[in-house]
Amino acid sequence: MSSTTQYDDVASLEAGLDALDTPARTSESWGTSLRRSVLPPVVAILFFGLVWVVVVALHVKPTYVVPAPSEVWSTFTDYWAQGAVQEAVWNSLRRAFVGFAVSVVIGTALGLLLAQFRFVRTAVGPLVTGLQSLPSVAWVPAAIIWFGLSDAAIYTVVLLGAVPSIANGLLAGVQQVPPIYLRVGRVLGARGWASIRYVVLPAAMPGYLAGLRQGWAFAWRSLMAAELITFSPALGTSLGQLLQTGRELSDMSLVVAAILLILVVGVGIELLVFSPVERRLLRSRGLTGSST
Amino acid sequence: MTLATVGDEQQWAVPDVPTPSRPAAIELDRVTMRFDRDGARPAVLQDVSLTVAEGEFVSLLGASGCGKSTLLSLVAGLGSPTSGTVTTPVGRTALMFQESALFPWLTAGQNVELALRLRGVPRRERGPEAERLLESVHLGGQHGARVHELSGGMRQRVALARALAQDARILLMDEPFAALDAITRDVLHDELTRVWQENGLTVVFVTHNVREAVRLGQRVELMSSRPGRFVRRWLVDIEGPRRIESAEVADLSREITDDLRREIRRHAVATPDAGGTT
Repeated sequence: MSSTTQYDDVASLEAGLDALDTPARTSESWGTSLRRSVLPPVVAILFFGLVWVVVVALHVKPTYVVPAPSEVWSTFTDYWAQGAVQEAVWNSLRRAFVGFAVSVVIGTALGLLLAQFRFVRTAVGPLVTGLQSLPSVAWVPAAIIWFGLSDAAIYTVVLLGAVPSIANGLLAGVQQVPPIYLRVGRVLGARGWASIRYVVLPAAMPGYLAGLRQGWAFAWRSLMAAELITFSPALGTSLGQLLQTGRELSDMSLVVAAILLILVVGVGIELLVFSPVERRLLRSRGLTGSST
Repeated sequence: MTLATVGDEQQWAVPDVPTPSRPAAIELDRVTMRFDRDGARPAVLQDVSLTVAEGEFVSLLGASGCGKSTLLSLVAGLGSPTSGTVTTPVGRTALMFQESALFPWLTAGQNVELALRLRGVPRRERGPEAERLLESVHLGGQHGARVHELSGGMRQRVALARALAQDARILLMDEPFAALDAITRDVLHDELTRVWQENGLTVVFVTHNVREAVRLGQRVELMSSRPGRFVRRWLVDIEGPRRIESAEVADLSREITDDLRREIRRHAVATPDAGGTT
């Protein structure tokens, strides 16, 4: 039968074309990627450390203003031995996680409302964007007046810092969904909630994730500001409180140690949680070159 | 070779083709579509009537702005006409676009499975069914491939498998091969012809490539622009397997191209004095 052979022909033709058209997948070795991504920041850190040592050695400022790395280290080990460092990191991280989790729930709900209802968007949208640019430290006095020196005051500040970023990230993600996806969804029979679940939300993921990432950064920042100001023994040791203690004792090496700890925790969460998730998401969608 | 030309050269009135014994799959009855309320601009579609029989392959041909895509959207149920009626008695329609529009957050197989899921196919059956559909477009084994790992031609075949997963009786195609290279397009013409025949689908294929229209269609409908209307119709009566470079296809393409050019020139005359009532 001639038509059968014609179609067999199509199959083999297509197999040939597919082989020619499929881009070759290159994967670089583990060692290479490690050298590329880990080496530069290590070099940078060593460089800054060197500058620090040189500045101290030149006695530009007295050591109670610019302490030597060794002094910071010994302060750090002292506080570590007392268990203060562990407790401070644990308390701050716990608050950050709880505050961030609540922010995600509220921010996501708010973002969906903003995306779904034009009226809400017009009415509340500018306010949310405005809140995003308002430093959340500005809320600390109000929070203390409302809730006293308590966890509630701290969480209020964290929420006000993180929720607008998350809501706006989700909104931006939804607004950037290519209209063709929505049309395809409708053609496939996805209406209402099915359309949101199978088309809109997955398509909005990159924007949402960017919002979550920024929300985390804002939550962490807001938390430090709140802990620094709502200073009360009842609240237990925290990173913000270590800073405040350092200031009261005029102990610059404690202040520097606390700053470095805050930095390390912030960067650590970023590197361990958000970067890998984002990289996987973008790579699976072909939105990033695999070799860069 | 016989070229049956139906239609009246001087005016718009195209007599209804007495459709073959098969029932109608798509019926458009005096459909008008305008996007502006006041009627200042010409309608996108004006008083368009069309009947497509079940199992028929119709090519819709026309220059830009003739309302081809709008017409497909109406048939697909993505909108409703300003006046007139659109009916698809045989049921569900599937629509393919110039871009494959596969969801990039899903693999090739998951894209097909989503169509099955939205159609209500039980979970257990989705996997094997998706695999079978991918195999039917010669993409067996590509179930786990990411969309960006596939070539343009492969993406359109996955999109075709996804359209088949909808179990639609009508396949609407909006310039699906326009972005592909000529070699791939040629192969996909064979592929589409096969899928159409094997599944007994009704196909409406929108294109502005005359040869493609003739290569694929059993009937070619030429549309005018602003307002969009059917101008002329050709029944393509070529025996046996067709090829885009064959003489029969070329002959008919030349004739259709002449008409298409005449149609386009008409606008050059009409445009300068906006009224154009001569």
